[in-house]
Parts: sequence; structure tokens; C-alpha cells
Amino acid sequence: MTGALTALFAIIAREALRFVHQRERFVAALVRPLVWLLVFAAGFRAALGLSITPPYQTYITYETYIVPGLLGMILLFNGMQSSLSLVYDREMGSMKVLLTAPLPRWWLLFAKLLGSTAISILQAYVFLAVAAVFGIRLLAVGYVAMLPALVLAGLMLGALGLALSSFIKQLENFAGVMNFVIFPMFFLSSALYPLWKMAESSRLLHDICAFNPFTHAVELIRFAAYGDFNGMALLWTLLALAVFGALAVWGYDPARGMTRAR
Amino acid sequence: MMLRASLLALCAALPAAADEIWVSNEKDDTISVIDVETLEVVRTIDVGERPRGITFSKDYSVLYVCASDDDSVQVIDPETGRVLHDLPSGEDPEQFVLAPDDRHLYIANEDDAITTVVDTESRTVVAQIDVGIEPEGMAISPDGKVAITTSETTNMAHWIDTESQKLFANTLVDSRPRHAEFVKEGSEMWVSSEIGGTITVFDAATQAEKSKIDFEVQGVHPDRVQPVGFEFTAGDTHAFVALGPSNHVAVVNAETYEVEDYILVGRRVWHMDFNRDRSLLFTTNGVSGDVTVIDVAKREAIKTIKVGRFPWGAAFRPTN
Repeated sequence: MTGALTALFAIIAREALRFVHQRERFVAALVRPLVWLLVFAAGFRAALGLSITPPYQTYITYETYIVPGLLGMILLFNGMQSSLSLVYDREMGSMKVLLTAPLPRWWLLFAKLLGSTAISILQAYVFLAVAAVFGIRLLAVGYVAMLPALVLAGLMLGALGLALSSFIKQLENFAGVMNFVIFPMFFLSSALYPLWKMAESSRLLHDICAFNPFTHAVELIRFAAYGDFNGMALLWTLLALAVFGALAVWGYDPARGMTRAR
Repeated sequence: MMLRASLLALCAALPAAADEIWVSNEKDDTISVIDVETLEVVRTIDVGERPRGITFSKDYSVLYVCASDDDSVQVIDPETGRVLHDLPSGEDPEQFVLAPDDRHLYIANEDDAITTVVDTESRTVVAQIDVGIEPEGMAISPDGKVAITTSETTNMAHWIDTESQKLFANTLVDSRPRHAEFVKEGSEMWVSSEIGGTITVFDAATQAEKSKIDFEVQGVHPDRVQPVGFEFTAGDTHAFVALGPSNHVAVVNAETYEVEDYILVGRRVWHMDFNRDRSLLFTTNGVSGDVTVIDVAKREAIKTIKVGRFPWGAAFRPTN
């Protein structure tokens, strides 16, 4: 058991160390959502206000609307970046050291997931602090209530990253992941526009968005930010976490998964 | 005596009904009654056609409503919601103000270019005063000596001596004046101009212009920034100004005449009223058909409540 805990802390510490040493990554992770918030949302600055849908009680500006979506974006990018590091580890050979540890494979993956989620959440709160400086604030209760939602969403998106990394053989292929996973997931969700707005332009688009687990992660965060709870979003996020987690464990299984070929 | 005591005990045992905000719905011919505790509509009352101006008598025993398309002012019992009787009002009454004597109503007759003075007790027209074209805003000084009518097309504030019922001054304001209000114990008179996009502040004693307030909402075309109704916080320190189709309420410092804040509310915000301690403000949003509740201290919209179609005016009613 102590061995398992040692491994857990070592993996998290390595993740933290990697993060601390990559200051550019931290800045990039912060600048990306801030650009969306302060430039993109400013252009859309809805003088009209968005129509009221739960959890909102009154009219809100567009900036306020996209904050949960941008938190989701931070978790999504960080989840992917963390999986990118696994591909790098595999190319460099350091993964062998990790995977030969006398511990269950799923435990190692879980430790990795926990580490990347912790980093994601740190980034999310720094983003919220910067947003607050620019006058985009939430209710005090929201900042606390959001934490479990961020943890769950972070784990789910991290698990997706892990699952993907087990199928990607080379670093260069990661660009493909950006195009075919991150962007569709982000744009085909409720991060930038409410789902009823999507339904106005296309029913199909709405259905795709409603199916996208990222939408449910964002809605879970959105409701939590207002001290509210969305059971449906929780269910979908948990389901997606289970599926992606199982895929990752399967993918990294030396007997069956994609790593077998190597 | 026993009966009275037991009735009192019963009343004390019952949960005290919360205060209310009454909202006139111009297109639904109804009034929505909002409970200020639960922030929900608790009653809907049918009234005459196109209700707009809405105000209670000083003791809140009756409600006066301008039923514009019925050419009358309706007197309503707030307990039962029944129309008690109509008052003669002249044609197309839009806004009115109740004199401090709790007896005389000064009514702007939009189509007739007159201001009608009605005695609510004898139910008769006491006077009709010729004013500019399309009169709308109505105000009366706290001592009841001066009444104001603003005329939308003539772009003037007309100053009426209530003793002689004659105009004694006319002052120009910006395009389409909508609402007027005496403040700071009657020493100042404010007029909002919808198209001009300004509020003009007059010295009430000299009728001289003292200041002009401009509004600028970030991201909203200046043409859409149209000040209409406004109300003052406790002590007349700040004014909350409805900016029509800009969908914002401005917070104006009444000392410096500077705009300090803009608050997003529903579409085409028109008039407003406060709760008892003026900690909450209720704005009527015509196009979106709802009422936004603003936390006055935090200057934040906290909730928006669906009411009837095209809510116009709002009036506070205490229930105990």
C-alpha cells in the first residue's frame, strides 16, 4: 500500500514539477481563455442580454455566460496536454520506467489523471481570479460549489486524454488530436452558445451538442457556479468518465491494448 | 371585546403577508402583483384597456390606474382587486401624479395637449390646463404648489401654479421628455428626455437649468440609450434611471450628477419602484414582458420575473 502511495505522490510531484518548469505552458493556458473572454466576448458583448435559462435568474452579459465554458476549455486543453506528455514519455523511453512499476496499471493511470486534474483546477482558479479583476464575478458560494464539478469534469477530460494517448503513437499526430478532438468538442458544445440557440439554427447541431460529454461537463460547472445542481449533467459526466477511463485502462493494458505492438 | 381580542390573536398567528409591487401590463389589460419576499407573481387583476400610469393613494386604500384606451382613470380596491369606479380623466390619460393633499390627480392627456386636474372625492374635473403637444411626464412639488407636465413633441417642461391652475413658466429640455420628478425636498426638478438621451436638472426656485446628465452604455448604440422613468434611493443620494431599449438601468450620483454604474435588465426598461426600505428596485421591461429585481446596495440584478405583456408602470404597496 505504501508503495502505491509513493507512486501516487511521485507521479503527481512529477506532473507538478513539469508544470512549474513550463512557465510558458502556464501563461498559454491562462492567456487562451482570457483572449476568449476579453476579446471574443467583448465583440459579442450582449447589450441585449441572453434570454434567461436555468441556472440564471436574470439577464446576463455574454462574458458571464462563457465563463463556465472557458473553465471547461482549460480542463480540456490541460487534459490533452497532459496526455501529450505521455506520448512524449513513450518516445523518450521514460514511460517504460513508469509502466514497469510493480503496481496495477490502472493505479498508475489514476495517479497520472489525478496529477493532471490538480494542475487543471489550479489553472481554473487562477483564471477565475483574473476574470474577477476584470469585473466578471460569480457568487461567493459558486467558487466553492464549483470545486467538485471542476474535479469531476477535469477527471473526465483527463481520462479522455489518457484514452487518446494510448492510441497515438507519435508526437506529430497530436496536431490531429487538436483538429479532430479539441476543436469539435469545444465548438459543438454549450460553452459558447446556449443549446436553445443551437436548436434555432439546426436540430442536428443541437443533438450533437447535447450528446457531447463536454457540454455536460460545462453545464455541471455552470450550475455549480450558481450554487445549483444539474443531475443530468452529473450523470453524463460520470458515464463519460467511466467509458474514457475503461478505454484508457484497456489501451494501456500490455496484453490487449495498443501498447502491445511495441 | 373578546371577539376583537381573538381576532387580533388570529391575525398575529397568521403569517404576515409580504409587501407587494403592482405592475400595469399595457397589452394584457391586467395588473401583476409581485410578492417582494418570494419575488413571484401572486395575483393577476383585470383592469381597463391599456393600463399605464399606476399609483396608490397615500394610505394605500385605493389604487389609481390610467386606462388609456378607456379614456378613464380607474379606482381599484387593492384588497379585492375590483374596480370601484372610474374617474373622468380627459382623453388618453398616460401618466398622472397624486397631489400631496391625497385628493387631486394631475393627469397628462397625451392626445389633447392638456393637463386635467381631477378631484378624486367629488369625482369631477377641477381644471384643464393647455400645455404643449403630447404631454406625458407629470410631477408635483412636495408642498403641492407646483405641478410639472412635460410635452413629448414641444420638448418642454411646463410649470403649473396649482393655486391658479395656470402655467407660470416653460423650460426647454431635450427631445421627447418622458418623466419628471421633484427631488431634495423640492429644491430640484429632474426631467428625462428619451430621444435626447439626457436628464436635465432644474433649480426649482428659479427654473434655471442646473445640470445635464448624459448616458453612454458600453457596446450599445447611442440611439438606443433612451432615459425614461427614474427613482431616487433613500435620502435622494442616487437616481436609478431606466434607459429604455438599451436594456440597462443607470445609477446616477445625485450630488455630482455623474453616472456611476450601468445594470443589465430586461428589454426596453421603462419605469420602476422600490420596496419599503428601498433595498430592492423593481424595473418594468416592456418588450421582454418581465420585471427585473435589482439589489440596490450591490447594484446587481438578482432576478427577473415574468409578468404580463408590455409591463409599463410599477407601484409599491405595503401590506401591514
